[in-house]
Amino acid sequence: MINILTNNFGTLISGLGYTLLSSIIALVASLIIGTVFALLEISHKKWVRVIGKAYVEFIRNIPLLVITMAFYVIVPQFVMQMDGFTAGTIGLTIYTSAFIAETVRAGIQAVPAGQMEGARSNGLSYTQAMVHIVFPQAIKIVVPSLGNQFINLVKNSSILAFVAGFDLMYQGKIIAATTFNTFDTYLVVGVLYLVVTMPMSYAMRYLEKHWSRA
Amino acid sequence: MQNFINAYSAVNLSYLMRGLWVTVEVSVVSIFFSFIIGTLLGVARYVKIKYFSAIVGFIIDLIRNLPLLLILFFTYFALPNIGIRLSVIPASIIAMTVFESAMLAEIIRSGIGAVPIGQMEAARSNGMTYSQAMIQIILPQAFKKMIPPLVSQFISLVKDTSLATIILLPELTQHAQIIYGQNVNYTIPMFAALALLYFIVNYALSVASHVIDRRLN
Repeated sequence: MINILTNNFGTLISGLGYTLLSSIIALVASLIIGTVFALLEISHKKWVRVIGKAYVEFIRNIPLLVITMAFYVIVPQFVMQMDGFTAGTIGLTIYTSAFIAETVRAGIQAVPAGQMEGARSNGLSYTQAMVHIVFPQAIKIVVPSLGNQFINLVKNSSILAFVAGFDLMYQGKIIAATTFNTFDTYLVVGVLYLVVTMPMSYAMRYLEKHWSRA
Repeated sequence: MQNFINAYSAVNLSYLMRGLWVTVEVSVVSIFFSFIIGTLLGVARYVKIKYFSAIVGFIIDLIRNLPLLLILFFTYFALPNIGIRLSVIPASIIAMTVFESAMLAEIIRSGIGAVPIGQMEAARSNGMTYSQAMIQIILPQAFKKMIPPLVSQFISLVKDTSLATIILLPELTQHAQIIYGQNVNYTIPMFAALALLYFIVNYALSVASHVIDRRLN
């Protein structure tokens, strides 16, 4: 097991780097897209709400693999060249954005309606009230679950292995295929994933406990 | 348009349906086993038996924090290295069950935690043993409250079966890949079919969960 780690240290670490890079890009991008769809979901116009809801329900109910493969297979055929890392990260972003939209929507709706009404009657526009009054209060509810989404992203980014995205899982697959030592290789890969996800998951649990008390 | 008509030929559609059937079979069997194991693990973590519960909790956390894809690789590619050889369907079911049991255990543990403590105390003071009270009083109330998170975990499981294409489980995604692999014009129709079929199955589950939840609570 130590041999696998020392002989392939560079490869594994670069794999872990791609895993984290893809997860971070997808987190930021899906936070933006997710917030937009959350705002659509709470709009006053019915048809806007329908669009938001349809997007969230549709994406949430199909597998990440199908979304990712669609980008990897269809886009190069008709639109433009796209490497596995890009296709995988876009797939991750779209998939995660639907879950983040639900979280952000729940966060905004947990802020008492009086906050918005109070801000509006003090002369703030809807956008101003959202940005300065509602969002800062919603963040407190949203942040802990964003941490959990990031853990999910790190795990889900293993989908890059399907599209040759050079992530940790992909590198593990290659090392396993060249050394024939599948058992030790996947053990090492597992430990590397845990090094990232376990501390985060305990930190999130701590955060949830202490923020909810405040 | 012609591509869609050609792609959805009777042969291809029945091939897709056979894939969907394998997806459903593997999902149902995995849900069954992971529900039982998840309940046992959830209770084991909740009851706080010295050392034992802590160890169970740590193992649950380890599994929850690994990618399912890795667990799948491990069961199918790594276990043969130490002499355990599984064919594709059992390997998929075992990998899914291991992962989902850990996910369900957390849901069930927090569900049990949400049942008021007075329920247990009242059951005990009426002469029930701890396990009688747990099985007859606490768990039924806990499950009632847990339906939405449980079903959304089941939906995840159905979606996650698609990952088993990598070990060539003949499920829906795998069959669609084989069809569009033969003719490049079938790519879009096949992805449309995949999205639609997964959506129908999972959306039906989520609607059912809302209906049951409303009836019970």
